Formats: sequence, structure tokens, C-alpha cells
Amino acid sequence: MTVETPSPTAAPPVDFRTSPDRYRHWRLAVDGDVARLTMAVDPKQGIRPGYELKLNSYDLGVDVELADAVQRLRFEHPGVRCLVIDGALDKVFCAGANIQMLRQSEHGWKVNFCKYTNETRVYLEDLAEASGVRTLAALNGATAGGGYELALACERILLIDDSQSAVSLPEVPLLAVLPGTGGLTRVVDKRKVRRDLADVFCTLAEGVRGKKALQWRLVDHLAPSSRFAEERDRLARELADSVPDRSDRVGVPLGDLAFEDGAGRRTYRYVTLSWDEDARTAELEVRLPDEAGPKLPEEAHAAGRDWWFLDLFRAVDDALLHLRINLPCVNLVTVRVVGDPRVALEHDRFLTEYRGDWFVHEVVHFAKRVLKRMDLSAKSFFALADAGTAFAGTFLEFGLAADRLYVLDDPDEEVFLGVGLLNGGDYPMSHGLTRLEARFYGEPERVARLLESPGLVPASAADELGLATEALDLIDWEDQIRVYVEERASMSPDALTGMEANLRFPGPETMESRIFGRLTAWQNWIFQRPNAVGAEGALQCYGTPRRPAFDYRRT
Amino acid sequence: MTKIDYSSKIPNNVDLASDKRLQRALERWQPAYLEWWHEMGPSDFDSNEVYLRTAVSVEPDGWAHFGYVRMPEYRWGIFLEPKEADRRIPFGDFAGQPAWDEVPGEYRADLRRIIVTQADTEPASVEQQRLLGHTAPSLYDLRNLFQVNVEEGRHLWAMVYLLHRYFGKDGREEAEELLERRSGNPDRPRILTTFNEPIETWLDFFMFTMFTDRDGKFQLLALAESGFDPLARTTRFMLTEEAHHLFVGQTGVGRVVQRTAEVMREHPDSDPREHGAIPLPLLQKYIHFWVSSCNDLYGSEVSSNAANYFAAGLKGRAYEEKKYEDHRALDESMVIEKFEDGRLVSEEVPLRNALNELLRREYIQDNQKGIDYWNRILDKYDVDFEFRLPNPRFNRKIGLYAGSHFDPDGNPVSRDEFERRRGEWLPTAEERDYVKSLMQPVLERGKIAGWIAPPKKGINGQPFDFEYVRL
Repeated sequence: MTVETPSPTAAPPVDFRTSPDRYRHWRLAVDGDVARLTMAVDPKQGIRPGYELKLNSYDLGVDVELADAVQRLRFEHPGVRCLVIDGALDKVFCAGANIQMLRQSEHGWKVNFCKYTNETRVYLEDLAEASGVRTLAALNGATAGGGYELALACERILLIDDSQSAVSLPEVPLLAVLPGTGGLTRVVDKRKVRRDLADVFCTLAEGVRGKKALQWRLVDHLAPSSRFAEERDRLARELADSVPDRSDRVGVPLGDLAFEDGAGRRTYRYVTLSWDEDARTAELEVRLPDEAGPKLPEEAHAAGRDWWFLDLFRAVDDALLHLRINLPCVNLVTVRVVGDPRVALEHDRFLTEYRGDWFVHEVVHFAKRVLKRMDLSAKSFFALADAGTAFAGTFLEFGLAADRLYVLDDPDEEVFLGVGLLNGGDYPMSHGLTRLEARFYGEPERVARLLESPGLVPASAADELGLATEALDLIDWEDQIRVYVEERASMSPDALTGMEANLRFPGPETMESRIFGRLTAWQNWIFQRPNAVGAEGALQCYGTPRRPAFDYRRT
Repeated sequence: MTKIDYSSKIPNNVDLASDKRLQRALERWQPAYLEWWHEMGPSDFDSNEVYLRTAVSVEPDGWAHFGYVRMPEYRWGIFLEPKEADRRIPFGDFAGQPAWDEVPGEYRADLRRIIVTQADTEPASVEQQRLLGHTAPSLYDLRNLFQVNVEEGRHLWAMVYLLHRYFGKDGREEAEELLERRSGNPDRPRILTTFNEPIETWLDFFMFTMFTDRDGKFQLLALAESGFDPLARTTRFMLTEEAHHLFVGQTGVGRVVQRTAEVMREHPDSDPREHGAIPLPLLQKYIHFWVSSCNDLYGSEVSSNAANYFAAGLKGRAYEEKKYEDHRALDESMVIEKFEDGRLVSEEVPLRNALNELLRREYIQDNQKGIDYWNRILDKYDVDFEFRLPNPRFNRKIGLYAGSHFDPDGNPVSRDEFERRRGEWLPTAEERDYVKSLMQPVLERGKIAGWIAPPKKGINGQPFDFEYVRL
């Protein structure tokens, strides 16, 4: 039943690198301690052909720039204390995700688009929470669907009160899909809108405006047109002033991440991603430098974007996105961290000691987000701790994030894993647990024991401590790994995605994990259902002369 | 608050006297309406008696009942065309099914939106015109202004009736907001941009009643086909009144044209301005301004809302039942010119998505008749000038051509050229000031201002020097 128009094969791979001087859809202006990010989507510059981004509607390309802006703000403008997001159009703030784009996209593109935009919204919330940059959405006009979801990701929402501009989540009544960027969850969970009112709101295509929007807690502030700019600036000032002064911070320019593309390979300074689409596998190799590098924060500042730890995580982040968006046929990724585990632990000691420095702090939080992106990637990951690897400290997280961690335990080879201080809470997963806690969900005492005696863990002990899924000796290693890899890569990618999403996140939930787990699962189900995407489905009919026809049987 | 005597105060054919729910809604709304009229209606003429027509029934002899009345005491009535037996939904996916007597839940929000948007224009125009009474060129024109005003007020009542009767609490809230928005107020603007444009002079008023009220006519024609029967019946009756407004506009501009032609004949070698008339090229610029603004009222050339409204049977095409055979309009298409990369490109669009444009094209044809009428006046005076409608691409703020620039013939021009030549195509501030300077009141019986010719006939068979307004 599903109508799938494959994205044009001729389309070039998505490049996730951009910078403010190359933005097509946003304007970033920093004035002292207040940054203003203005949405001004160029209708003609969709990332794929076939649709126009009218009325500040967005596609993946628009969100890539938003993510870049949020990231650069942290590093390049650390003196900023308040971010205002507003729109450049008259009467419209943002119309949400572009419907034509969704209609013409194949399923995987829709899913990855939603996932990426969700991550960007969470990063925006993390900007407030982890980086102390207060966020204000200044809605200068109609705010629909994804536009309102973007606003929901800000701490405060100011809506223009012109008796016309409404906030709305019209997806259910208009398109028979869900708001795909956490809207439903954030309305009741974050803004604590009463659930019956939320029910009314989410089924009312025209949305809610003015006083009612305020009464229902859908927005925090109203301002008439004539005082809108003034009120926006006043709130921005108030928010900025609620954060201690940070004007002494000197930004670190991020520049462009460098890599080289070859056949079946992308090579970064500290990372190599290689793939074999026929085998449906990829290898992610992460390389530590020989020396741990900075001893003092000043040295990290001086190194800037060339600080290996930052550069490495930027590369991993890019590699994960490349895998997701540009390499859909890859089913299984093997991960190796190559280097000296002592370097990893020594560097972690530096991070721990100087986490009070804003740059160190930001870099650790960035690593946290990259690791979360790995947890949320719809690929199987097998970590391979064989000779010359260094799954230690921060880099143990790659092993813990993987679905399985195979360790080479052989008298002829020295293989060490390592537990460090940062494994104890600096890299939480989206559901709030550390990867150690998630791994030993039934045995919290093991977590405590591991953290009590940080340091290197020999391969033999790794098995005993439960860090290894299986320890193999040299005789078995190559054959066994080959069989495991081939077996895994042969299974249904859909079933594996669902299975992994269940197994990776035992235990509690947070709003963030609810957004990813609950909402994306439902959304991805609805995205497959004829009522949305069938020939007579609402998403297919929207904007055409035809009305949708639903199959009214509930499942 | 005094109790309303429904049968005499509010002439109606909706059995208001026995509809408790409606009475209760109107009890709240009616005082607010009168307050709005007092504050925003024609300024300073509350106590004057005006020779007005009042609709007292929908019978042929009942809809135009003439007599002197003070405007605040005008009997704003609620009238629907009599119900047709066994009426069917005339178009869309439900064509042929029985028309709806109550709001279908599925389309409640869309219908409310349609009605509110239409309703909002009615008080808006009254607000736009509220100061014109002070500069009327004659008692005859003053009376026509007031007639238009009270009937726009009645049209508001008609729409509010639908909101009160069929849309419950939301409808009542929307009805209240109709009295809270204010034309031209940046904080509480009227919904459509044209209805926030100031109407500073009688020339603007005539242009407005010619071109903007004609948009109203076409919107009403499209709604008169609605499968929601009360909306169809209400708008059909409104159309009978709208005709007079269009008459005021077309003949009003025509009389200005005539006066200029007369002056040009008497003084062939001088600028008509020297003799207090409005030059023809300046009238052409006013036409450019108002027509382009009104072209925006139809919305975007390609519209999913238009398609949805048609598919659902809410808003049809003008003369749907009379003019068309295929009332589903699902397989037809229309060619629309898009402007891409500096070039006009023809594109076939499914007809349902192009219905805004279809209605606009019919409107433009109807406008042309008025233009022809003015040109015939010029012919009569042997004046070598021809009024023309601007190309629909000219000076647009909404739709496919918004953001690009075109000359009045529709040729693409650069933004710079448009700005440089703006004064050739649209009235300049000085020209507007000149027209404003002509706006001196002439309120003696039988007299008229020098920039406009008297009408051929008076109202309701009365002579021109009749006392249309008792001052």
C-alpha cells in the first residue's frame, strides 16, 4: 500500500558541515551577551529537489544549519547568556516541516529527518541546561507544527498577540500523522498543559492564539505587534541577566571539520569510517594520539579546534550522521578504539580536574551528545577490543554503547580496557542512566565496584567483570567475529532497530527518552500506515485536490 | 440592559422570537455592537435622520423599505433566503447528498474560519469609512455612504447570526472578537490587509465600493453555493444588498470621470487640476492601487485550502450550479503562470487547487465591465484616454507574484526599477494630498462638489436635490 518515491539516486550525499557565512536559512547575530538566531528559510534552497520551503517551512538542510548554529554558539560565542530564536517573515514564524518534502521522501528519510530534528531540539534544551544559555522563542507570527515544536524546545515562549497568530500542532487533524519533533510529549510533559486541553489543542488545526494560549500554558508571554520587539528584547535582557557574567570568555573558532572521501572510506584525522555496502557492514576506527595532550586548560584553549579530543568527537559525530543518512544499506558497524588505554585515562584525569573551565566543560558535554547519538542510531554496533585497542575511560563508552563488546583474551596479546571517573556520570544516556548503570541494570553493586577502583582492566578480568560480551582467544577471534558479523548483518534491519531500541535503554525514562522512544516509534508506525501514506492517505492527499479516505478500524 | 423586542427591533425570518439560545447570545452581543457602532461607525452623524432602505422581509417588496431613520436606530435584521426544498450539496466530494442544515463536525473549524474571515470584512469597511461623512461631495453621496455602512453592519449581523446559531461557545467568542479588531490598528488588525488600508478620500471610497465590494460579491457567490445550507441562504440574501454598493462605486468613479472630461472639454489646454478636477492618469493610478490590493484578497493562486473547501462542499465556484456540469472538478486542471528564475513558466495545476485563481479571473472580467463603462463616458466626451486594469501580477503582496516586481502590463521589472517608477504607476504622496485637498464638504440640498458630476437619478425615484440626510 505504501507509496514510496525513492529520493533521487543522483542526489549527492548530505554534507553536515556548514558555517554561519554559508547559511541559507538562518541569520545568526551576536550582540554582546545576547544572540539572535533568525529563521529566514530560502524557499528555493531545499536540500533535495521537488519542493519549495515556503513560509519558513523546513527540511533537513534547514535543521543542519540550526544544529550548527547551536553548536557554534557554545564554542565560538561563550560569552552569550541568552539565545533568542525568531523569524524573518511577516505574519509567519514557521510553518513546520515541509509537507511536500515529507510526502515525496521515502520512509527512511522521514525517520532520519525526524530523528535528527529531535536531536537538534534536545541539543537546544541542553544549551540551556548544560551551558547555561537561556533560550527564548519569539514567535512573531503563525507558528505551526514543527515551528511550535522548535519553540517548545526553548525555555520561554513569547507569542505575538495580534488576534491572528496562533500556535498549533495541526498534524493529526490535517495530515493524519503526529507532530514528529517531540511536540506531544513536551506539551504535557515539559509545559504541563492539562492533558484534556492538550487533546483539544492537538486536534485543532487552526491552533490557539492570544490569551487562551497563555491560559493553557502553551506560551509564557504575549505582546501586541507594536510592543513585540520591545518585549522580546526586554525578556532577552532579563534572561541574560539571570546568568552570571561570562564576558571574559574567549571563543574557540570551530572552522570546518576536515575529512577525505575515498572509495568506501571517509578518513578524518583521528577517525576512519570504511564500509562495504554489499556486506552491509562498516568499520568505525577511532584513533587516540600517542600523548594525552593538554595538561592545563590554557593548552586546550590554545589548541582550540585542533585539541584532539574535540576533533575526534566531531569526526565521530559526522561519521554517525554519514552512516545514518548517506549509508542506509549498512546494517552493522564494528567499532574499534585504537591506541594506548593509558592515554585515554590520563586525558580523562585532565578533563575531570579542569571541568570547571568552560571550554573543557563544553567539550565533555559535546562528547556526551555524540555518544547519545550513537545510542540512538539505527545500526547494530559491535565493539571489538582486540590487540592495540583502548576502550578506556571516555572511550570505554564506545564499548558500552555498542550492542556487544567482544574482547580478545589471549596470553600472547596484551589487551586492556579501562574504567575512569567520567564513566560514573558525565556521559548519561537519554534515559538518564550511565552506560554502566544500563549495562548492569540488575546489579548496581557491580557499577559501584568498578568505579571504586578506576584504572586499567586486563582482558581476562573484563570478562569476569561483565564488561565483555564474550572473551575470545586468538585462535577463535577472527573466525568467530566473522561469523557474528555475517549473522548479524543478515537479519532484518527493521527488527534489529526495534530490538536494539528496546534493549539499549533498560529502566527509567526521561522526557528525552520518551520523545525518542515513544514518539518516534508511534510516528514511524503511522508513517507506514495507509491512513497517512497510502494512495488515499492524508499525507499524500494534502495539497492535492483529493480528500483523504481513512480506514476507520482501530488496531 | 433593556430587553430586546425581537420581532420589531430585529426584523428576521429565523424565528428569533422563539429561539432562546440565540436570544441569549444576541442579548450580550447587541449592546456591544451598538457600542462599537457608536465608537467606530460614521463619526458624528448618530443623531441625523437619513433616508435609508431597510430590509424588513425577504419578499420582493420587503427587502428595500425606504424611510428616514437615525443610524443607531437602524433595524439590523437577520434574513436568509427561503429554504429550497430538498436542496443538495452542489459540488465537491459529497455532491448530490442532502445539504447540511447543521454544521458537520468534521468541517466545523473550516466553516468557522470561512465565516469569520468574511464577517471580519464587514465591520472593517465601516471603520475604514468612518470619517468620510465630514467631506461628502453631496447629500446624495452622504446618504449612499451611510446606506453602505448600515448594510455592512447588517452583513455583520448576518454572519454573527451564523456564528451564534451554529458554532456554540467558540462562535460567540469569535463574534465578540469581530467587534474587538480594528481596521488599521497594528495590534488588533482586521484579518485581510486590504481592509486595513485607510480610506481617506471619497475617491478611495468609490474605488473601494467598486473593486473591494466586488471581491465581496464574488466571495459571497462562492459561499452562496455552500453545502452548509444556512451559509448559502444567508449569503444569497446579502448579494441583493451588495449590488447597490457596487452601483455606488461604479457610478461614483464614473461621475468623477465625467467631471474631469467636462473640465477637459471646457479647458482643453490646461491641467484639470487648475479647475479642481482629478486628472485621468491619476485616476488610473488609483485603479492600479485598489485593483492590485483587491487581487490579493483571493489568496494564493495555488491553494490547498481552496481545494479542501471545495472538496468538502464548503465553498464552491461562483454560479456553480448554473455554470458548470462537472461539480466534482477532480480531473480538470488550469494553467497558471508561475514566475521562476526571472521567467514566467506555464504550469498545469489541478483545478481544485486553482479555485482562488478561477474566482479572481471571473472577478477581473467583472471589473473590466466597469472599466468599459468609464471608457464609454470618455468616448462620449471625445477624450483620447483609455482606462485599463493592471495585470494581475502587478503590485502583489500575496500569492505567486508576491516578492517579485512587475509593471502594470505584467512585465517583470527589477526591484530598483519598480521603486524608481512607483510614482508612474501608483499615486504619490503629493497626488494623494491633492485629492485630499478637494475633499471639502458640500452639504446643501441640490449642490455638489466641483470634482464630481451629479448623478443621473436620485435614490428610490427621488430627485437629486432631495433632502437625503436631515442635518
